[in-house]
Amino acid sequence: MSDDVTPPVLELVSVTKTYQVKQGMFAKPKPLHALNGVSLKLNRKDVLGLVGESGCGKSTLAKILLGLEMPSEGQVLVDGKEITAGERRVLARRIQPVFQDPYSSLNPRKSIEDIIALPLVVHGVGDSASRAQSVTKMLDLVGLPARVRRGYPNQLSGGQRQRVAIARALIMNPEIVICDEPTSALDVSVQSQILNLLGDLRDELGLTYLFISHNLAVVEHLATRVAVMYLGQVVEEAPSQALFANPRHPYTQALLDSVLTPDPSLSVPETYLGAAYPNPISPPSGCRFHPRCAQLKDICRSMPPPHILGPDGHVDCHLYAAATTQ
Amino acid sequence: MDDPILSVRHLTIDIPLAQGTMHAVRGIGFDLKRGETLCIVGESGSGKSLTSLAIMGLLSKKLRQKAEKLQFAGLDLRNQTPRMMRGLRGDRMAMIFQEPMTSLNPAYTIGDQLEEAYLLHRKAGKAEARARAVELLGKVGITAAESRLSQYPHQLSGGLRQRVMIAMALMCEPELIIADEPTTALDVTIQAQILRLLSDLQREMNMAMILVTHDLGIVARIADKVAVMYAGEVVEQGTAAEIFDNPRHPYTRGLLRCIPVPGKTKPGERLGSIPGIVPSLVGNFQGCAFRGRCDVAEPICSEMVPVQEEGQEHMWRCIHAAGEGASEGVSQGVRP
Repeated sequence: MSDDVTPPVLELVSVTKTYQVKQGMFAKPKPLHALNGVSLKLNRKDVLGLVGESGCGKSTLAKILLGLEMPSEGQVLVDGKEITAGERRVLARRIQPVFQDPYSSLNPRKSIEDIIALPLVVHGVGDSASRAQSVTKMLDLVGLPARVRRGYPNQLSGGQRQRVAIARALIMNPEIVICDEPTSALDVSVQSQILNLLGDLRDELGLTYLFISHNLAVVEHLATRVAVMYLGQVVEEAPSQALFANPRHPYTQALLDSVLTPDPSLSVPETYLGAAYPNPISPPSGCRFHPRCAQLKDICRSMPPPHILGPDGHVDCHLYAAATTQ
Repeated sequence: MDDPILSVRHLTIDIPLAQGTMHAVRGIGFDLKRGETLCIVGESGSGKSLTSLAIMGLLSKKLRQKAEKLQFAGLDLRNQTPRMMRGLRGDRMAMIFQEPMTSLNPAYTIGDQLEEAYLLHRKAGKAEARARAVELLGKVGITAAESRLSQYPHQLSGGLRQRVMIAMALMCEPELIIADEPTTALDVTIQAQILRLLSDLQREMNMAMILVTHDLGIVARIADKVAVMYAGEVVEQGTAAEIFDNPRHPYTRGLLRCIPVPGKTKPGERLGSIPGIVPSLVGNFQGCAFRGRCDVAEPICSEMVPVQEEGQEHMWRCIHAAGEGASEGVSQGVRP
């Protein structure tokens, strides 16, 4: 895979993002590593599911990919070329977001047509006639009736709004769409329609998705690869089927255990995780997951886990160290 | 036998609007015994939250509420004065709200907010209330409970805040607890813990619980009984096994097809969906509210909806009879 001729559409090479957090009026600010050496690859038409608890750095990662934040260290490569500061517009042409809450991500004072055409205006693409044409095409693509173009967001249902958000993301013909919890604000029956739409669009337009979600059933359904994040690090990454069939990292196992499948013969599972998500300003020593780990060993307290490459993917855990060194 | 602690019959809630009256809840009813969990499932706008607020007596005065029967532990809730309702709330019935961030008061400490109901209802002293608060925080799995009492809500994480909300609702050992989407704002790992905690405590204290949610996974795992609401009506009701293994109403069947089930749904496969939107409930409404989105609707659906029953508890509102598969059997028997 590594000596493939075509470089991945998008690659992160040990990206670190550090924020300085104020500790008080006279105290020195402390660094918070929102992302800590994250390396990821997205190939064309991949759907990379990104899962993890709140505060693990999923949204920081999305912001960096959208060019809203610059990494403190590491590189973001698009088609093998590094993106540097000041190239936000270049990035924005190729990577577009769909946000979680279609009620707050659409400007209530703009008509649907203006909302969808805005990226074209910002990038100075075409004249008003060609923009109107593109909007017509987009509305059709996402399955909205043409009459809504003169309407306003408050006249639309949640599912229709999310379709508008998708149309807005796709009007620049991006290659990569970052979906940050795109269905969690929607009702069940609408959620499935949006998921179907995202799947269809991927097949039709050859899109690549970064799919951030905490609904693991949805991730399993849509993703081709899955990356599990914990405290700013990707602790396990693997093809979706392999990861769900055979989760290796204890954190991944706990996450999968907590999925509530609709089976009335089962009760609520016990995850043994404990409630305490550690403070990211002073992360635990050794393996960052060790205070919550069910398979804790002595070495986990002191030594950071090794980065163990599998046939396709990786896991950061002491449990699998013995297997590779011997 | 065991009398139900909560009995609701033909509850209706009307909302007067400029363009007419909106019939937000249209004649729902259910019984709930001690120690039982009823899950109310439905999409936004189906009236599930209004129903729980009505039981708690928390509906705005602008809304018109009627019921043939609204009985809690032998008390007729329809003719309780506001003062009597205040005496019940927080003591014998309690509610857990969805957003722990907005439903805790940011200006008071966790301790003050926990103790308030206890001081009020139990006429207890400050020390006793404090001891009870510590006990409850321990019960909901919060470590170092004593030191938490002097903290403010913003100092706690979302999972901890929701635990505080649960502890607060349990302070006076209520007989009925209503949880409105208690875990929607939380991570999956915390969600599983909170739900487990709720069902353990419920069993321990022999409380009746109403859980309002739209997450079918939660429903399947925690419910004894399920009421599926659509457009202000309970369209199907039964035990969890009946609803999930043998759904009768086309809406329930549709909902179950919409969610990807690990192991059953093939990855990438198209999910089922329910086309169309919920009809407006403003003005007079006749017939089945689901008919516009139903794939087995017939002309008669616009006139009447019979209630059908099977076994002890299973009930649904549809013209299609028991045993007829909504998508398989029926279509053959009907004229083309």
